Amino acid sequence: MTGEEPSVKIAVCVKQVPDTWAEKKLRAADSRLDREAADGVMNELDEYAVEEALQLIEAHGGEVVVVSMGPDRASETVRKALSMGADAGVHIVDDALGGSDAIATSAVIAAALAGRGFDLVIFGSESTDARMSVVPAMVAERLGWAQLTFAQKVEVSGSTVTIERVTESGFATVTAALPAVVSVVEKINEPRYPSFKGIMAAKKKPVETLSVSDLGLESAAVGAGAAWSAVNDFAARPPKAAGTVVTDEGDGGVKVADFLATQKFI
Amino acid sequence: MSEVLVLVDAVDGAVRKSTTELLTAARRLGEPAAVWVGPGISDAAIAALGEYGATKVYVADGADLAQHPVAPAAEVLAQLVQQVAPAAVLVPSTADGKEVAGRLAIKVDSGIITDAVDVAADGDRIVATQSVFGGSTIVHSTVTRGVPIITVRGNAVAPEAAPASPARQDVSVSLSDAARKATITGHSAATKGGRPELAEAQVVVSGGRGVGSPDGFAVIESLADSLGAAVGASRAATDAGWYPHQYQVGQTGKTVSPQLYIANGISGAIQHRAGMQTSKTIVVVNKDPEAPIFELADFGVVGDLFAVVPQLTEEINKRK
Repeated sequence: MTGEEPSVKIAVCVKQVPDTWAEKKLRAADSRLDREAADGVMNELDEYAVEEALQLIEAHGGEVVVVSMGPDRASETVRKALSMGADAGVHIVDDALGGSDAIATSAVIAAALAGRGFDLVIFGSESTDARMSVVPAMVAERLGWAQLTFAQKVEVSGSTVTIERVTESGFATVTAALPAVVSVVEKINEPRYPSFKGIMAAKKKPVETLSVSDLGLESAAVGAGAAWSAVNDFAARPPKAAGTVVTDEGDGGVKVADFLATQKFI
Repeated sequence: MSEVLVLVDAVDGAVRKSTTELLTAARRLGEPAAVWVGPGISDAAIAALGEYGATKVYVADGADLAQHPVAPAAEVLAQLVQQVAPAAVLVPSTADGKEVAGRLAIKVDSGIITDAVDVAADGDRIVATQSVFGGSTIVHSTVTRGVPIITVRGNAVAPEAAPASPARQDVSVSLSDAARKATITGHSAATKGGRPELAEAQVVVSGGRGVGSPDGFAVIESLADSLGAAVGASRAATDAGWYPHQYQVGQTGKTVSPQLYIANGISGAIQHRAGMQTSKTIVVVNKDPEAPIFELADFGVVGDLFAVVPQLTEEINKRK
């Protein structure tokens, strides 16, 4: 007997971040991350989130909408998700959003997700710029949805989602009724590369742009001026004094042991 | 003096090292009040918290608190924040801890700072120190609204004993429906080796691309065991399936800051450096003299790790 699995409507949240391989710096003028100094790329863990969403609709049917909050050039990241196979995009873009903290970001994203009939919203567990790992949990808090984060495996069955949540000693199995907020870790899958056909198709897929007021939010509640924390000052870490490097001539291990002894490690 | 709430991290009823670090930090800001969420509290645990200065231990010990991830601890802390008006809330900067802190920030309308490596009182405000962008930039930051909620990186604050006799205060919490939406239905068999957890270890011994195979990691493990160290792996090694992902140190893995980090067969690209750059002493073994990781080394050997590492292990064992 075959049952028709209900299809799933999935939102994937993606962030454009500075290229992972580039050095990151804060701007002297306002202590904010200099996002212009490097190419923007899709946050690496978000690629895994997009892939997971695509695999889920391949199994169950449904739709993937990519959602991103970011300046104009974040549209490139939305397009990348579309070229991987997402069906449509939502790009929240507004000058007022510059310098938003995680609190405001989560409010904006929750407002963009609410009331659109999503069964699941999937995030990467962490972004390589701020590395806070709090936005998915904050969005779950705001929406009142189940939080299933740090997932190395995701399964949807009917109206239930089950994940394996990575823990220090292995994993915990966590289950909830939809709708739910999920975040994924690197171990979960292998993100596909966009095909040429996918890249061409992406150009025709719809992308809705939304401003802060479109979401029913006040400009005064977002952006650098509304942040609930502030950088007082920052400085480059003082450069480390050069160490000693020797070549192994049959005694390399002994020399390291001697060094460890002088440092009182052994 | 105001209380500083410290969320306790315990495993099998035993208080973890990170909690002793947070209690030490909390003493600089006010009266440390430990918060225990979930079953398993004991007199021994309360005494252990008292050893590091807790003057109070709030206990919310319902079994259902451990049945749902993250949300219950956030609700317990939110209730205490309303009740107690603390000077700050300190939470360990683990996956769970950061998410608890994030949800708490929304509940109590307060700012949040994550992954602080230090906290200090500066007049009537609290200043957190963060080491960001792989350790290249040191930032001082402050929460500007509400009760500062700060997650503190493990191994960053040296724990100092300051014995106190904590008063136990039981807290009753009825979880909201939202907090109970996700349910933990099982745990994998604990793969607990004898080695310390990466985040807590004083010494970490890592292997990278140069290790070449899963079997190659045996020499890394022997060195780690001779030092009582945790084992780490670079992304190249975990991506190749030579070592489990949970041991990955780097930008998409764990950030560690042990007293001693020994990197074997690791080139030291930013992906890895971001995870270990602030280790106090760094030793490098690599065949390639141009490997960028030598720039971080306090001591380095250019050579074949399969010759150097076993010799090092033997020397360490000889000198015990």
